[in-house]
This record gives sequence, C-alpha cells and structure tokens, in this order.
Amino acid sequence: MDFQKLTIAEAHTLLQAREASAVELTEAALERIVAVDNAVKAFLDIDDEGALEMARAADERIAHGNARPLTGIPLAIKDVLCMRGTTTTCGSHMLEEWVAPYDAMAITKLKADNAVLLGKTNMDEFAMGSSTENSAFVMTRNPWDVARVPGGSSGGSAAAVAAGEALGSLGTDTGGSVRQPAALCGVTGLKPTYGRVSRYGLVAFASSLDQIGPFARTARDCALLLEAIAGADINDSTAAREPVSNYAAMLDGNVKGLRVGVPQEYFVEGMEPGVEAAVRAAIETLRDLGAEIVEVSLPHTSYALPVYYIVAPAEASANLARFNGVRYGLHVEGENVIDEMELTRGQGFGAEVRRRIMLGTYALSAGYYDAYYKRAQQVRTLIRRDFQQVFAQVDVLAAAVSPTIAFEIGAKTDDPLAMYLSDVLTLPASLAGVPGLAVPCGFSAGMPVGLQLIGRPFDEGTILRVGDAYQQATDWHLRRPELAAVPADDE
Amino acid sequence: MEYEAVIGLEVHAQVLTDSKMFCGCSADYANAAPNTHVCPVCLGLPGSLPVMNQRAIEMIAMAGLALNCSINHDTFFDRKNYFYVDLPSSYQRSQYDHPISTAGWLDIETSTGTRRIGVTRAHMEEDTGKLTHGGDGSLVDYNRSGVPLMEVVSEPDIRSSEEAKLYCAKMRQLLVWIGVNSGNLDEGAMRFDVNVSVRPRGTTAFGTKIEIKNLNSIRSVERALIYEIERQTKVLASGQTLQQETRGWDEDKGITEPQRSKELAHDYRYFPEPDLPPLAISEDWTTARRAELPELPDARRQRFEREYALSAQDAALLTSERSVAEYFEQAVTAGQGQPAKAIANWITGELFRLLNDSGETIGVVAARLQPAFIGELLGLIKGGTINGPTAKLVFEESFRTGSNPTSIVDAKGWRQISDTSAVRQFAEQAVDANPKVVNDYRAGKTQAIKFLVGQVMKASKGQANPQLAEQALHEVLDA
Repeated sequence: MDFQKLTIAEAHTLLQAREASAVELTEAALERIVAVDNAVKAFLDIDDEGALEMARAADERIAHGNARPLTGIPLAIKDVLCMRGTTTTCGSHMLEEWVAPYDAMAITKLKADNAVLLGKTNMDEFAMGSSTENSAFVMTRNPWDVARVPGGSSGGSAAAVAAGEALGSLGTDTGGSVRQPAALCGVTGLKPTYGRVSRYGLVAFASSLDQIGPFARTARDCALLLEAIAGADINDSTAAREPVSNYAAMLDGNVKGLRVGVPQEYFVEGMEPGVEAAVRAAIETLRDLGAEIVEVSLPHTSYALPVYYIVAPAEASANLARFNGVRYGLHVEGENVIDEMELTRGQGFGAEVRRRIMLGTYALSAGYYDAYYKRAQQVRTLIRRDFQQVFAQVDVLAAAVSPTIAFEIGAKTDDPLAMYLSDVLTLPASLAGVPGLAVPCGFSAGMPVGLQLIGRPFDEGTILRVGDAYQQATDWHLRRPELAAVPADDE
Repeated sequence: MEYEAVIGLEVHAQVLTDSKMFCGCSADYANAAPNTHVCPVCLGLPGSLPVMNQRAIEMIAMAGLALNCSINHDTFFDRKNYFYVDLPSSYQRSQYDHPISTAGWLDIETSTGTRRIGVTRAHMEEDTGKLTHGGDGSLVDYNRSGVPLMEVVSEPDIRSSEEAKLYCAKMRQLLVWIGVNSGNLDEGAMRFDVNVSVRPRGTTAFGTKIEIKNLNSIRSVERALIYEIERQTKVLASGQTLQQETRGWDEDKGITEPQRSKELAHDYRYFPEPDLPPLAISEDWTTARRAELPELPDARRQRFEREYALSAQDAALLTSERSVAEYFEQAVTAGQGQPAKAIANWITGELFRLLNDSGETIGVVAARLQPAFIGELLGLIKGGTINGPTAKLVFEESFRTGSNPTSIVDAKGWRQISDTSAVRQFAEQAVDANPKVVNDYRAGKTQAIKFLVGQVMKASKGQANPQLAEQALHEVLDA
C-alpha cells in the first residue's frame, strides 16, 4: 500500500478486503504528516489520538460488514467547520482559543459514516483570500514548490491532499476557495451547487455564496465525498431538498455527444500562455472523447468581480459583527463596552478581514445602499441569467480555474486587487450558485494547471462524469510532487 | 395660542409561541435561571443558522389581520445591524421595506366617541437578550434572545396622552384576545416607543418630532406623554424651537431627558437576511389565518349589546377579556332561560369583586364556579328558595368551593323560610323584644318597620323571606 498514491475508492476496496485496516491507513497519514507537514504546514491542529480512536471504531464497523464508502478514510477539515470539542480558529486570532461546542452538519455526516478526521487545516482568515497567506498563524506552502502559495482560502485542505497527508479533505468555496487551490495544488476539488451541502456549522463569510466542498485525488473520490455530506438539513433553511444522487454510480466514463461550452470571456487578458495551452489541450481531449465542443458567451462575466466584492463583503460585515469580545473569542479590556468592542475587533482581525468589513459596511450604508449593494444584486441576477441561457445550449462549461499558476509567496500581498483577480474565473459560478469542478489538466513551468468544469444547478453528476472521463484518459491527477521530508524545527 | 399633540406609537409585543423565532429553545423563560434557554443559534455562535418558526409567522399574520392590515404576498427578513451587548450576532433579524402586513387600523373608544387610529405596518422580528446592571458590572441573560416579537407602527393619528393610553390598552386587549401575547407587561411582554410633537391647533404641518424609547408600561406611556407634551408646549409658547432628538423617560423623577447622541447615531445598514429564504404567502394561507381568528372584541361587544340588550358599559366590561366574554356566553347558554342582563350583573358585580380579591383569572375560577351555576342561582332567587343577601353568600361559597348553588343552599340549610306561621313567629318575637321601636312605629314613624324586618332576618339567620317578614310584622303590629 502506497498511501501517497491511494485514492479513497481504492482504500475502500483494501479495507473491505481486509488488506489494510483503518488504523493502518490513519497511521500512514499521521506518519506522512510528521514527515512533510513541517515543509507544507497544511495543518493547524492534528488530533492523533482522536483520529486513531475513530480509526478503531471504523475497523469495528468494517468488521461488522456495514462499512460506508468513507468508513476508515483519513480526511482533513478546513478550520472553518465547527467540530465539537476542538478549536475552530477560522485562521484568526479572534477565535484562536475558541472550542466549538457543536458539530457542523457536514462533520456530523462524516462522523456518522465513521470517516477518520485527522485534524484542522490552515486557511485565509475567515476564508478571505486566495493564497492562505492571510492566516493569522502559519504560511502554508504549495507541495509542488514550497516557495509558492497553495492558493486559497482552503489552501491547507488542498495542500494536505497534494502532499499525501490525507486521502481527501473538506474546504469551503465562496468565490473560488476550493476550485482555485485545487488547481494550484494539482488536486481535484468540487464546489457544489449553493444549497447542496448544509452550511450549518460553517462559520459564515458570505452567506449567499458559501458552500462546503471536497478535495481529493480524483473526481470519483469527490463524488463519494459529496454524496456523504450533501442533503437537506432542518438546521439550514438554504439547504436544498433536492434529492442526493449516487454520484459515483453516474461515472460511466462516457461523454459522447455531451455538449461542452467554451466561454470566450474566460480566456482573459493576463492569462498565462502555459495555462491557456493546458486548458485548450484538455478541451481537445474532451473532443477526442466524443464531446461536442461549442463556443459560447456569458456576456456579464466581467462584472462578476466588482459584484462579488460588494455582495461578499456586505454579508461579511454583518456575519463577522458577532465577534465583539463579549461572549467568546478574543476579548481586549477597555474603558467601556464600546471601547472594548473596538479594541477587540481592531486587534483580533487581520488587515484583509478589516478591509472587507469596511468595504461591506460602506456598501450597505444609508445613501450608498442603492448604488452599491442593490445594484450589485441586480447585476448578479444578470450573471445568473447568463448561465441559465448558456445551459440551454450546452451541458457543461469548460474553462481555466485560475488565469495563473501558483504565485510566489509574498508576490501579491501588497496588491489586494491583483490578489482578487486570482478568482476572476471562479467568481461567476459562485454568484450564480452553480457547481464547479477543478481537475488537474497539465503543468506550466512545473506547476499544476486546473481545468474548470461548470454545470447546471444540482447537476454535479454531469461535471463529475466529465471530470472522471477526463481522468480516465489522462494521468495528470496521478502525478505527485516530490516533497523532501523536513525535520521538525524548533518553533 | 392653543397647541395640540401629534403622536405615533410603536408597540413591540412578544409572540406567545412555544419555541423561539429561529431555534427550538423554549420561549417561556419567565422563571428560568439565566442563560438556560439558549443554543448556538440564539447565542449567535459562529456557524449557527436561523430557521423560521412557522407558528410565529402565522400568529403575527393573525395579529396583522386583527389590526385590519393586508398581508403581503412577498415578505422577507432583513438584518438590522448594530453593536450592543444584548444582541448576540450584532444584527437583529427584523423587517424593513417588505413587512408581512401593512395599512390597517385600530379603533379606540374615547369619551367623545370612536377614533380610528391608522396602523402603518405590523412586522416580525426577534427579541434581544436582557442586561442587568449591578454593583460589579453588567450581566446579560440570553434567555430572551430570539423570542419572537412583532412591532406595530401606528400612523401619527393620536392626539393626546389619553388616546395613547387607550390605544396601548386596546392593542394589549386585542393581542391577548387572539392569543398572540400574554399581556404580562411587568414581564416585558409589551414595550412601547412613542413619537410626539406639538403644533398650534388648527395647523397641519408636523412639529419637531421627539422620540421616547423603551417604555414598559401603559402608565409610563401616559405619564411620559403628559410630561413631554407640556414641556414641548412650554418651549414653543416661549418662542423657542425644539430639536429632533431621542429622549429617555425617567420613571422615578417623572421626566424625560435627552439621551447621549453618540449612542443613537445609528445607520442600521438593513439588507435582506441571506440565511432565510423569502416567504411567498398565498391567498389560501392568509384565508386560513383569518379563519383561525376568534370573533374580535369590538364585534363581540357590539353583538352583546344587540343580542343580549346589554348596556354599552356592561358589554364593554364583559368583552375586556376573551375568557370573560366566553364565560358570560356559557353562563347565558346554560342559564335555564334566566335573563342575560341578570347574568351580566352577577359577573360584572360579584364575580369581578371576588376575582379582584383573590387575584385569580376567570379561566382558573371557571373550573370551580361553573358558568351554569349563575343561572341556577338566579333560578333559586326567582323561585323564592333563597333571598338576595343569601344568594351573595351562596355565590361566594360556590366561588370558593366549586359546589353548585343548590347543594350549598341545602348543605347550609339556607333555604328561605316562606312558611307564614314560622315567619309570623319571628315577627312576634321582634315586636315583643323592641317595644321602643314598636312605639315609634305606632307614633307614625312607619320607617321603623324596616328595623323590625332586620331583626326578623337576623333572628332567622337571614333565611326569612323579607317580603313575608314585612307582611307578618304589619299583621302583628296592626292587629
């Protein structure tokens, strides 16, 4: 068993055949973490004992013969999901010591399947960022080149899978935070339809956009993870009642006659030639597999970025207002209640979070609401309509995930706008609420490139089928970074 | 120059649901230890999400209908953003420009007739936690956080503190009547904000508006308005001007005072709550809510006047609370044909007096003093079995013990003595024992016979038929 090459589906077969135990898989994951996480720093918190205990319970279940596809599978969880009894920091000093008193619904479901939860992964503070550099704690590195960022905001969860520290992981995607790091780290990542997965216990950034999504090595593994966490939830009124499919069963490798739209607006100025070349080649592969390639247009694509940077910060300004030092999290002493709230928020939040709170507060202010927030919502409707119209012509869209490969650490930290542009190709699907899948489709300058497949609402099955067919025809997703073990430093 | 007040009221009323507005915590926190009716949702913990309480929405819609509002088909929650310790998520889920109900009215009965007060809107929101300021700082209890609340905003149609008082009382009566509010104002079930300005009588432009927030009793509303109207009138009469401001009411000092403006410079930054889908309300749903409403107090009062020939005052007293009205009608129905007016008199007289003394509600007492007992009692009087004074004793005994009047009369041996020979015996005794009075009577002071009747009643332990007693005395004295 080579843990670093194993997929969730293969691991499940080994477990069922008793050729490996959940404890062995978990020990392999923990060993790998010890070996490489000093270099990658994907994790904020690792619970060895807890993980092994879950693994033992999983082995018992396997022995009873009623294992689920994720039973005994070692997974990593973005530190924005509440897990009872563990710290849930959201990558922020504000919640550095906050222990969640309840489980997010996605966690409840994974626990019910006896998956093994290894620990919590690093992220941009409150999921705001595209490089994980906004974490208040550590700098997560791209396993393909530790001088580069893993993308973000779910950089830790993407890097953990890329570095072979976990077989899969959960991240969250608000404007691209699963798809972009998946692409930059060379793993498969899915942002489900808005409402597909309950947000209960996901610490909110932008409520109308946030979705939990899986990372794994293959589209098939993502299908297994999605099926496990998706579904209606009485705790979340925005979780859809749409039935959950057996996504893995839909992966028949056949894309013949499928209409794949290539949106012209997604080949933006500033896109790196190596990225474009890999993506165009991937589209050709789909054509070779029998798909019909159609040039399409989504005319309001260029408005996605400005619309997103009004809607998301506006919602965030309210969502993050609860962090005021009164009941939990950081508390800074001051002269009076108002003074304490101001000091707490000034010290607890990092620069990017403060910037977005201010942007959002401004956009909602009396006298500006109509010009900004209301207008942005109107344009958001147009963007959503673009997708409705294009999906009358084609079954899926294919484009790049990110216009660039992973950039060097620090390269964009002084230029927020350049950083925001990193998500320009993932924002439209987020605003429209439609699902998007990132699959590895080649390399540029030695760094992975991701193909984005965008589908109709609640039609994750089709984009997963295309991703799986593509992965059966290619081996980009099988490539692994050569990562030297780095001994623990003295920090 | 004569001035008149222009007043608008905002009434915040808790909605009597079992659970809170957005979570499953019990909304009945009256005697609970602090912070025991809480969960991630009503504590505003990271990651928690609200889920609407369907019953709360139904009840608020019923209240809107009872206030003659129209129910809007498209309605949704907004977030009202502000920082305060008692507001766990730092925004209150409320409604801004798409309230559930709009454009209704509430009639009040003033000394000069019925006045119709416009209701601008009645919308849904959630309550906040409760702060207690003590010696070593402030404590906050989130048991109240997330309790469903409705806010009713009136048009500026109210013209005096008296009308404001009547409006608040009517609102309380109505909301309690339809089962939406407990009416327990001392437990904070209703709170009031008032907007008041004054202007020269006969003019139509509004004066400078002053807001007084967070009044927690109808009496405070009245007192604060009396004070504030006089204050504003004095300022204007002296040729000075007023500045728009929010003032606080100091209950102990009996005055309003300016509040620090920094605390009030709110820009609430309302925007639609993304965690809750908008509501699409159908005509059928609204019809079902209307069907759920009981006959409303005004309609019932008018029907009582009409159907039972009651005075306006009696009808008003009997419809002050729904349970009283129900009791009255049950008593009439079970009253063996006894006149409604007589039944009403026993309820508004003796029963109200006894309820007042015992501090019980009619709902509790109805289990003992069953409605049917009133007709039974009236029957005993009419049939001559007991006299009026005995009837009061029987009624009180029934109120205390729950026994029916007939069995009380039998058990106590309170049947009226209508046996003429027995009464005559008592009359003779009275005449013999009171020669002075007898002389007075015979000297022409005919009123003296009343004293002798009293003596007969006393000797018979109240059981003699008073008419027979007087008749017997006449016979003895005039013999």
